[in-house]
Amino acid sequence: MTYWSWETFFDAFPIIITGINVTLGLTVVSFLLALAAGFIWLLLESTPFKAFNFIIYWIREFIRSTPPIVQIFFLYFAWPMVPYIGMSFTPFVAAMLALGIHFSTYISEVYRSGIESVDKGQWEAATALNFSVKDKWFSIVLPQAIPPTIPMLGNYLIILFKEVPLAATIGVVGILSIARSYGAQTWSYLEPLTIVAILFLILSYPSALLVRALEKKMNRQFDKKNTKVKVTE
Amino acid sequence: MFETGWNILNYLTQGLGTTLSIFLTATAFSFLMAFIAGLSRLSGNILIRGVTAVYVEVFRGTSLIVQLFWLYYAVPMLFNINLGSNWWVGVIAIALNYGAYMSEVVRTSVLSVDKGQTEASIALNLTRYQRMKEVILPQAFRLMLPEFGNYSIQILKGTALVSLIGLTDILYFGDIYRSTNLSEGPLAYLMVLIMYFIIALPLIWLSKKGEKIARRGVAS
Repeated sequence: MTYWSWETFFDAFPIIITGINVTLGLTVVSFLLALAAGFIWLLLESTPFKAFNFIIYWIREFIRSTPPIVQIFFLYFAWPMVPYIGMSFTPFVAAMLALGIHFSTYISEVYRSGIESVDKGQWEAATALNFSVKDKWFSIVLPQAIPPTIPMLGNYLIILFKEVPLAATIGVVGILSIARSYGAQTWSYLEPLTIVAILFLILSYPSALLVRALEKKMNRQFDKKNTKVKVTE
Repeated sequence: MFETGWNILNYLTQGLGTTLSIFLTATAFSFLMAFIAGLSRLSGNILIRGVTAVYVEVFRGTSLIVQLFWLYYAVPMLFNINLGSNWWVGVIAIALNYGAYMSEVVRTSVLSVDKGQTEASIALNLTRYQRMKEVILPQAFRLMLPEFGNYSIQILKGTALVSLIGLTDILYFGDIYRSTNLSEGPLAYLMVLIMYFIIALPLIWLSKKGEKIARRGVAS
């Protein structure tokens, strides 16, 4: 039986680390796509047409509650076969689209909660002071709606980062994919897979701590705001 | 097209048993892990707290697919043990992963029960065990419901990964169907997605219901 070997560990490490650019790059572009698409869901779901909003809501729910790996397979293997609009994607683009769209369904929920957290009085005050629609959004609502969503967005970025290795299944050459092919060549999976786990841990754990600190800070700010309101009352 | 769709759906039901059995067992074990780890992190013993914290952070900090492969390839090599079958590897990986996530739900829910409740139970001379079982947990449990509902959907989505270690679940049969009928690929995967969605529907309903119950809140 094979046991832990530091020799293999140090042999595999420099090879696996070369995949980190792809893994991080895919995380970043998917997240940017999710941020943009999350906004589009929000717009599509707040049109004056109730039936249309309802349909969009269920499409979003459908994407959100089905496995991202199937969505990646759908875009990579099946999309080229779709009549008229079908085209083939590179593995990287397919994974980016699938993960980006999957996470946009969560991000739109974050945006919504941010906007709903703005007190009704703020809207009324803006209307009473005769602000234009643009000013109402950009100088009153959004400056208050965006800060509390930042820790939530940070959380989703970390979750997305941990879903990115799914792309290895369609051949995106990130750290997991390299580790598996290293394992297949040398018949030692233990060390390469452990390296992958360590890399994920050292990247995601500090980010998680940062997000938690941010969360605490935001909560304190909110408490302050609430007490201020109470005092003026 | 409808006829092919129906045929594919019929074909995919061969994998339904595996997906459902893994989902149900993994969910049960996730809940168990969540309560064990969540309550251990509130323990007075620093060793228990420390060990659980390491477990929770490691499993939350690495991803499910990495853990699954690690259990599948690396554990048998490292400890020279066989986890029984791939079915158990899948269940254990999912349960350990989501157990870690859900333990945070247990921990924060217990902490959010008002301090007065703890003080009152101490005043009433309840033992630590009685305090947790009769006073704190019944109230905390209501707060956990919506998050548990959400995580059950995440677990269902996670089960799709077990086809990667050779289990014959819904996605496995979807892949087989696509590779033999290439032009029907889009329909095949759409049916796979629809099948997962149908299983998810009662879970979505349950988590909405849980939200309503949780909103009633706890005594303060």
